[in-house]
Formats: sequence, structure tokens, C-alpha cells
Amino acid sequence: MSREGFVAMGERMMHGADPLARMLWRFPPYRWCVAVARRLGLTGRTAVIAIPYLWLLLFFLVPFAFVLKIALAEALIARPPYSSLIEWSEDTYLTIKLNIGNFLFLIEDDLYWKAYLNSGKIALISTLGCLLLGYPMAYAMARANPAWRNVLLMLVILPFWTSFLLRVYAWIGILKNNGLINNVLMGLGIIDQPIVMMQTDFAVYVGIVYTYLPFMILPLYANLERLDVTLLEAAADLGCRPTKVFFTITLPLSIPGIVAGCMLVFIPAVGEFVIPALLGGPDTLMIGRVLWDEFFANRDWPVASAVAIAVLLLLVVPIMLFQHFQSAEAEAGV
Amino acid sequence: MNNRRSTFLVSAMAFGFAFLYIPILSLIVFSFNESKLVTVWAGFSTKWYGALLQNEQILGAAWLSVRIAFMNATVAVCLGTLAGFVLARMGRFRGRLLLTGMTTAPLVMPEVITGLSLLLLFVALESMIGWPQGRGVTTITIAHITFSMAYVAVIIQSRLSSVDESVEEAAQDLGARPAKVFFIITLPIISPALVSGWLLAFTMSLDDLVIASFVSGPGSSTLPMVVFSKVRLGVSPEINALATIIVLLVASGIVAAGLVMNQAEKRRQRDVQMAVAANE
Repeated sequence: MSREGFVAMGERMMHGADPLARMLWRFPPYRWCVAVARRLGLTGRTAVIAIPYLWLLLFFLVPFAFVLKIALAEALIARPPYSSLIEWSEDTYLTIKLNIGNFLFLIEDDLYWKAYLNSGKIALISTLGCLLLGYPMAYAMARANPAWRNVLLMLVILPFWTSFLLRVYAWIGILKNNGLINNVLMGLGIIDQPIVMMQTDFAVYVGIVYTYLPFMILPLYANLERLDVTLLEAAADLGCRPTKVFFTITLPLSIPGIVAGCMLVFIPAVGEFVIPALLGGPDTLMIGRVLWDEFFANRDWPVASAVAIAVLLLLVVPIMLFQHFQSAEAEAGV
Repeated sequence: MNNRRSTFLVSAMAFGFAFLYIPILSLIVFSFNESKLVTVWAGFSTKWYGALLQNEQILGAAWLSVRIAFMNATVAVCLGTLAGFVLARMGRFRGRLLLTGMTTAPLVMPEVITGLSLLLLFVALESMIGWPQGRGVTTITIAHITFSMAYVAVIIQSRLSSVDESVEEAAQDLGARPAKVFFIITLPIISPALVSGWLLAFTMSLDDLVIASFVSGPGSSTLPMVVFSKVRLGVSPEINALATIIVLLVASGIVAAGLVMNQAEKRRQRDVQMAVAANE
């Protein structure tokens, strides 16, 4: 529908058959407002767009400007604990003090580098784990009997709806030294010393794969379910072996699903806090945990903000990739 | 289908589901354990449920979380529906790309970053215009609305792009005003998506630890914050009991919603078929 059409419709909506609108129309300030709104190109359509737009601008985009601002401030023992960038000095000159010391500090102190690289490594390995476990599951679900598909889908979604924190907590009971796995293995006589699994990187991998697996399966399933089966049949009829069919047809066609799933796992996993805090050891450095500690333990807001900016820079490319595939999917009408 | 391959698929699926469900089942089983050592079985008991119901701190936090989740879900469904509708039905407008970005980025944004940025916004707003005064329920609710409306928007958008626009266009051609088309035609079509969006927003708010920790103030500890501080000190059977109650509530809620929506969908399809048959 054309823009003009919407404008006309908006006007009809404003003062059409509605008795209330007609009454309001007799009230001059209302008429002036409408005239101003119309001059500015504001119509019902604009209002509908503006409401969610303004909310997200104010509470999602604008906050990043404040993160950048505080990252350039200095830490103070005050409330709030940072210096202000813009000050009126005594001779009424406006001075702007930018402090890049926080970023230099991040570069100099190798704690941050290690945390940065380690987060990337842990997120990458966990994403691969999710993909290796999730792809066969999504494939099997998409090829299952249609009556079963919805049940299986519900089974994948169900854990996602129960508390994330409690599901991570469940792994403490399973992985700890006198936990489920060690008890079972010792009971069977396979080992006689408990295997130390809690507070290691291994526990963090398990935790991330476990909690993010549904995020991997769902986009893969949506993609594989739409896959045109006749293509596979045609290839098989022409004598193509099943493995070759998979690698030359199914896998390339499912790349959008793979990318979406991997981004849904990788990006939040990089900044993960709860899983390394509960399952990881004191030496499991992850950038989300470093940020948390700078903020809550050291109360150093500027350094925490600088860490946040650094993480955002790391994640800009994956986030853009994700958005690109996401909007392509949305336009295809998933 | 190749036999060896289907064996592989079935076992992969079985392993995957075991991986997803064994931790949850172990939580439930050990919530009935007599012993305080969560993983050593010492006989059946429901005493931890009694202890949980006596725990004022957990109950108070749970009530606070439920209230926040309810407000959050309701507002997030309204805003998210508008955003999803705008993206799916309003064609091109200036700044569309930015809106797409702002509705998909919160889905993947690490929580520590969202939490920190919102906190800094609230602090700056308070010093500039005096609102919000202090931090607590209001700030937590606003923060939750922001990320859960993005999920609702994605659900609504994908639902709208999978249904035929021609019904709405027909109503417009017959002279219905846009607002009327929206309330009489569009809203009933997307009602299953509204239900699942509301439920998703509710549970995500109930579940959030990180963002709430950043933007909460003294005296407004939500349930995840209380649970986290307990769990950090080690396992506790009371938490298992709490987990069991949550799992059972969620599972029955999801199954009920699934059944209701399934029936509504069947009824809708039957109506469509009858309408088609009547036309022929």
C-alpha cells in the first residue's frame, strides 16, 4: 500500500465517522495539533512505527553511548563512581576531558588479553560441540514422522523454558567429585579415584553446550524441515551415494541454518557469566566474568565499561552476520 | 532410508535428549532425598519442600519476580507486536534497517553488556532528569521489557510473514480503517503467536539473573539473584525442591498451551476448509 494511501487512511481515522473524533475536531487546539502533525508528516502510521522505535532507541541504543562515555571517564570514589567528561572550568570555558587510560590499561594488563582470547576459544569450541550434537538431532527430527515432529520439537523447547540458572546448577550435582557421574563410575568399579570435573574448563564446555543446544537445534530444524526432499530423491535416483547426497546437497542448503544457530550460540557464549561462575574454576577466565568482577567486586565502572566496549568490538562482525541471515530468513517467511 | 544411517540418527537423537533431560531428572529425583548431601541417596522425603515453604527470603523473591515478569510480559507483548507488525506489514520507511537491527541484536547481545549499559543509562537519567528515582522494580521491569520485546517482535514478524496478507487487504478495500483491520483481522490471526510471545517474555523475565543484578537496587532481589547467591555456596536440597516446582509448573503450562493452540489451529483450518467448500 502506498504512503499516500496510508496518509489518507490516517486522516480518515482521525476525523472520520467517529463521533468522538468529530467532537475533538471542533476543539481548536486539537485541530492545530493535527495540522502540526500533518506538516511534520506524522500520521497514525508514523505513530505506530514511532512507539517501538523510540523505546528501543532509548533503552537499547542510547545506553551504548553512555557505556562509551563512562569508558572514557576516570574512576572516582563518589556516587556515581566516575568523573564527568565535560566541565565548566572557573573562567567559563568548556573543557572536555577524555581519558583513554582505561583502554590502555586493558591492553597493558595481560589478564584482559587472556580473558578475551579464552572467551573466544571457549565460545568457539562450545559452538562446535553444539553443532556436532545438534545437527544430527535437527536432521533426525526433520526427517521424523510428522506426527512425532511436534512432540520432539516440544521436547527440545521445554528445557529452554525452565530456569537456565537451575539447569546449570543441576550440573554441579552431576559433575562434582561425589556427584552422579563419579558415583556411578566408582560404583561400577571402572575408576577408584573420582575424576575432577567441576571447576575445570571441561565443566564450562558441558554447561555451555547444554544450555545453548536448543538455540542451535531450532534454526537448523526450521531450515532442514523446509528442505526440498525431491532434490535428494533425484540425486539418489541418479545413483548418488547417501553420504555424497548429504555433503553435496543437504549440507550446502542448510548453511543459513548453521550460521544462524552458530551465531545464536557463539555471541552470547562469549559474554557468558553464570556458567563460568558456577561451573568453572578460579582460573577459568572469561570476559563476562571479568566485567562482572570489575563492576561488582572492584566497583570500577570505567574499566568495566571499557571491557564492554572491547567485547562489543569483538562481536560486531558476528552480530552483523547474524542480522544479515536473520533478515534474509524473515523475508523468506519462516 | 539407509538402515545404518537411521540407526545413527536415532541414537544421536536419543543421546541428545538424554543429555537434555538427565540433569533435569536428577534435580527432581534428588529433591526427594532425605540427606542434605544432594547426590547421596538416603531415602525418600518431602521435608525440603516444607523447608522451602518456610523460607521467607525465597518466597518473597519469588513473588517479586512473578510481579515483574507479569508486568514485563504484558508490556513486552504490546511493544513487540507493534515492532513485529511494523517490520512485517509496513513496507519500507526511513530507518527500517535500524529498527531491524535493534530488534535482532538484543537476541544475541551478551547479558553483561545489556545490563551494564542499562544501568549507566538509568544512573545518567537520574542525575539529569531525576527519573528513575533509585533502582528497583521499575528499572528491572524496563530492562526486561527491552530484551523480551525483541523476542516477541521476532515471533510476531515470522507469524505475520507466514500468513496471507490478502485478508487484511480485502478488509481495507472494503473500507475498514487500519486500526479496525488490525484489531478485527490481524490480531486474531496472530493470537497463537501472542500467547507464545507472552509466555516466553514471562519466563525470560523470571529467569534473568545478570541484567537484573545490574539494574536492581537494595531490597529488590529477584528470585534468580537469591538462588544464585545460595547456589554459589554449594548445592542445597531446597533449591532442588524449588527447581522441581518450577519444572512441573512450566511443563504443565507448556503442554496446556500447546494443546489449546493445537485445537485452535485445527478449528481455524476446518473453518478455512468449510469456507472454501461453501464457495465451490
